Amino acid sequence: MTYILVLEQILNGLQLGVMLFLMAAGLTLVFGVMGLINLAHGALYMVGAFAAAAVAGWTGSFLLALMASLAAAAAAGALMELVVIRRLYRRDHLDQVLATFALILIFSEGTRWLFGSFPLFLDVPSYLSGPVSLPGGIEYPLYRLTIILIGLAIAVGLFLLIARTRIGIQIRAGEADREMIAALGVDISRLYTLVFALGAALAGLAGALVGAIQSVQVGMGEPVLILAFVVIVIGGIGSIKGALAGALLVGMTDTLGGVFLPRLFTLFMEPASAASAGASLASMLIYILMAAILLVRPSGLYGGST
Amino acid sequence: MKTIRMLAMAAAIPALAAAAQADTKIGMITTLSGGGAGLGVDVRDGFMLAIEQDGRAGVEVVIEDDQRKPDAAVQIADRMIQSEKVDILTGIIWSNLAMAVVPAATAQDVFYLSPNAGPSALAGKRCHKNYFNVAWQNDNLHEAAGAYANEAGLTNSFILAPNYPAGKDALTGYKRMYGGDLAGEIYTKLGQTDYAAEIAQIRASGADSVYFFLPGGMGISFLKQYAGSGVDLPVVGPAFSFDQGILQAVGEAALGVKNTSQWNKDIDNPANAAFVAAFQDKYDRLPSLYASQGYDTANLILSALDKAEVSDQDAFRAALKAAEFASVRGDFKFGPNHHPVQDIYVREVIKEGDVFTNKIIATGLSDHADAYAGACKM
Repeated sequence: MTYILVLEQILNGLQLGVMLFLMAAGLTLVFGVMGLINLAHGALYMVGAFAAAAVAGWTGSFLLALMASLAAAAAAGALMELVVIRRLYRRDHLDQVLATFALILIFSEGTRWLFGSFPLFLDVPSYLSGPVSLPGGIEYPLYRLTIILIGLAIAVGLFLLIARTRIGIQIRAGEADREMIAALGVDISRLYTLVFALGAALAGLAGALVGAIQSVQVGMGEPVLILAFVVIVIGGIGSIKGALAGALLVGMTDTLGGVFLPRLFTLFMEPASAASAGASLASMLIYILMAAILLVRPSGLYGGST
Repeated sequence: MKTIRMLAMAAAIPALAAAAQADTKIGMITTLSGGGAGLGVDVRDGFMLAIEQDGRAGVEVVIEDDQRKPDAAVQIADRMIQSEKVDILTGIIWSNLAMAVVPAATAQDVFYLSPNAGPSALAGKRCHKNYFNVAWQNDNLHEAAGAYANEAGLTNSFILAPNYPAGKDALTGYKRMYGGDLAGEIYTKLGQTDYAAEIAQIRASGADSVYFFLPGGMGISFLKQYAGSGVDLPVVGPAFSFDQGILQAVGEAALGVKNTSQWNKDIDNPANAAFVAAFQDKYDRLPSLYASQGYDTANLILSALDKAEVSDQDAFRAALKAAEFASVRGDFKFGPNHHPVQDIYVREVIKEGDVFTNKIIATGLSDHADAYAGACKM
């Protein structure tokens, strides 16, 4: 138990956090602006990863693969919005959940039909592979460091987009009062498609970035989707700031809890059962955190007065 | 032999159609969608290859997808037993699903032949006369890995597995044979995809080797992240993280890794050579150990059907127990608890042309039975 291990785990938590942020940002925007629960957000994450793996396989270029993931997920998102989601805005949440759950199944089986049941190969490019030495003697994988930087850059970009641009004003106005901005002459359906495609592109990028260090396979989006929902509930639905805070909180809790709880348990239990009990409790930790936060702030950390 | 039987079959078809032949109905519940689908697809393809090669009339196979969900598996099993009236169930990949389905199925006088999952509970106290495991008891491959670690002079292993029945069996199996110290022992979440936290602990632990059991996509993630982390301790694992289905997705990161398996495509016997060739011919990919297990399971059933009808339960059970079929593993027999007694090999990941695959480098354990047989009272 050294400070290096602790620092490395904090970096790991940060990396998981920014990944979750990329997923949660789209989810929270879509929910905030359109009032839609999109369970199929994980499918877009998968689409991004598969597009990246396919393009990396054809061209060998990781940069092209990332662009492909953005383009493919945005296109899939826009298509999804135009064909299915558009019909759901006026329906209640149960209909939305049913329809978007159906989309998960359609995307999963469609992907299996196109690419087969076996995981695809997508690797970290050679210029990003291997560890780097950070000040303080920490050896940390360069690729994960890159993910952290990309994620933070995107977070800054999103804040600027929402705070400083015309689109951002429209998005915020849409969150505040949908009918009013339509009355003011904003093309609301175009705005919805745009926001949906933006969220989809971020999810796709997350899928591609993570796909390079995990396995690119059908169904990879669902576990992340659950975490992303926890993130937006903790952060306050509709709030980008809340999504970032929630994502970092969940990332840190999940990573540090998984490492340090079993160790804590060894203080008063047998090592073997401590490992097992600690691991079990650690996997519940983020949900306990969510419940605790909801007790104190029922609409989340940055939730408005909904 | 096969051709002779086929000819005999062809001649006998009119007669068969006239006779009131009791059909045998086999229900296969396996994982065909979601993350673990590759394993189920391999078991199914291996199984169906054997059924098609045999080609006899009167054997019907119903296949359903359990989506890797215990509740779905239980529902399918109930439906197959009660409304479809299957005689034999098979196919389950995951131990938690097997625990949910098998005891109820065998209690209703249905035979269950496991082509993969072999939880310790079903090998020991809760064994059943109608339950046969054609693959291995869960601990087996891990025991062989523990024995290999001793032989390779590893004395300080860091071990990790997912927190579910097979994960616990895995680490128990490894520790049963391994004689050195443990630098650390971690249970990860089932389905976990990020192992940065675990790899950091491995780095800090001062271990001399890593033993991990992470089947399917979990293993792909772990190996890729491990390769990128700069930790270069030797890695040992069971075949589940190095099977044919996932090696291509892991790529270079797996080269040279030692892993243990009861089967490999280079085991030298005619049944295996024919299986590997026929599988490649039909499905255009190399078979995995899961495919070999599905193939063996089907051939075992067919060999027993040659001797007895399923309706004559005692005779059919004895025919299964005799296991007189040409296993792709070579020698194959059942122990007293209906689990295999078999050789387990040590393999190394190599590259053949463009394809990553395995080569047998040693025999880990010979004629190995499981540790729970003693607790089984049938």
